[in-house]
Amino acid sequence: MTRRKLEENFFRVLMLLSIIIVAGSFFLIVGTIFIKGVPFMNLDMITKIPGGGFYIGKEGGVLNAIIGSLYVAGGATILGLLISIPVAIYINMYLGSRNVVANSLRIAFDVLFGIPSIVYGAFGFLIMVYFGIKASLLGGIVAVTLLVIPILVRTLDEVILTVPKELRDASLALGATRWEMSKVVLRQIRPGIFTAILLSFGRAIGDVASVLFTAGFSDNIPTSLHQPAATLPLAIFFQLGSPVEEVQGRAYASALILTIVVLIITVLSSWLAKRFSKNKIQ
Amino acid sequence: MTNNPHISVQHLNVSIGNNDILKDITINIPNKKVISIIGPSGCGKTTLLKSFNRLLDDTPDVKITGKVLVDGEDIYDPKAEVTHIRKKMGLLSQRPYPLPMSIYDNVAYGPRLHGRPKKVELDELVETQLKATGLWNEVKDRLHAPATRLSIGQQQRLCLARGLAVEPEIILGDESTSALDPVSTSIIEDLFIHLKQKYTIVLVTHILRQARRVSDYIIFVYMGKIIEFGPTEELLLNPQKELTKEYVKGFIS
Repeated sequence: MTRRKLEENFFRVLMLLSIIIVAGSFFLIVGTIFIKGVPFMNLDMITKIPGGGFYIGKEGGVLNAIIGSLYVAGGATILGLLISIPVAIYINMYLGSRNVVANSLRIAFDVLFGIPSIVYGAFGFLIMVYFGIKASLLGGIVAVTLLVIPILVRTLDEVILTVPKELRDASLALGATRWEMSKVVLRQIRPGIFTAILLSFGRAIGDVASVLFTAGFSDNIPTSLHQPAATLPLAIFFQLGSPVEEVQGRAYASALILTIVVLIITVLSSWLAKRFSKNKIQ
Repeated sequence: MTNNPHISVQHLNVSIGNNDILKDITINIPNKKVISIIGPSGCGKTTLLKSFNRLLDDTPDVKITGKVLVDGEDIYDPKAEVTHIRKKMGLLSQRPYPLPMSIYDNVAYGPRLHGRPKKVELDELVETQLKATGLWNEVKDRLHAPATRLSIGQQQRLCLARGLAVEPEIILGDESTSALDPVSTSIIEDLFIHLKQKYTIVLVTHILRQARRVSDYIIFVYMGKIIEFGPTEELLLNPQKELTKEYVKGFIS
């Protein structure tokens, strides 16, 4: 075998091995959750809040955490989008792609992107102390919004950069103002917006550190923004720490629920992305 | 040539960063004629075209000096309203870029920006412009289908209809047929010839035969300068300048 052929085969095997490691870990994780979680899975888990003695193995479910997580992740993603879309539009449509301020902002968001979520949690906690807010749904949403804004801005930014300049020119040439042109761009990137939502929601629903101090925990479903809210990752954390086998098993069942929620969001957003790409120009 | 130029360019200089793209351009574009701008790649043809509707404004590090008068109005006057200037001109780019919406909405987009037309008026306008570009019979049954479903030649005609719908005076074409097949090219060329009754048409092209087929006048640009300007046949058959001669004969491209 020649050296070139050897090299070709070596790297092909290397690539295959890497894929096996990645795919293998994925199936191991899902498999573990499944095997350990399914025996403790029942209708009560998703339809009931924790009853008395739930944490020592008696009846109840984690509906409080399911609803709490959906509220926090949904609220943070919506609030995050309302802030991120104008930022991304301003950076690209008003400052221009090679503008110094725009590029400084991009670097700033990249730095924010890399900050660990506990820092957002601590920062959110400080804000709450300052305004005298107790651990609540509102506090959780604010902290998680801070966490997802860099993700949303950078994702939208990347998507907007793929819009051909000619499409923007086409709209401007018809006499559109910058904002009217931006609306055309937003239409064009609708599928990308759903990708951003998916990434943001996935990060938001799975994060523990940012909600630890800010959202608190409660066995009840919050009925107002000022009540504390349980979240699935925290519910998993608490149950996993229990010495009772029944409770530990429910931690895996809760993890299974969390995974399924994320799966539903993924399928839903890619379906929506496809639906809205019919008008998109290539 | 004409006493009443539609676009009058006076000592226009355009530079991007340290590159001088256009140098001291002075030219009068006659009314209701087809004018082709020819010249080798990178000579500044497209920049010259885009300076007419201020599409250069957003280019980073761009510097523009001189005057461009459209209907006697300096479009680079700080007080000039840029959307108003652009409304006067329809742009047809190299490849068709339909807006990400339906066929109908593409044509209706411009009129909706500039007013609140009634449904009946819009319907009529969309039909008129689609007929003007010969697209009506091909699309009348699927006006609300996405514009991207059309063939590329149809898309280019849709883009022309979209431009005409804002009732411009001038049509700017930037190598508008370079992505099209010969049949679509010939349809677009015929449209240009037909449309010059109502519009002044300025085309950038690097195809000499196309310039010869459609234009009344030719501007030859080389290295950011206008070398020669004259009636099509005269310039092509009897060029006055050495550079034009060489370009027309194919020695430089």
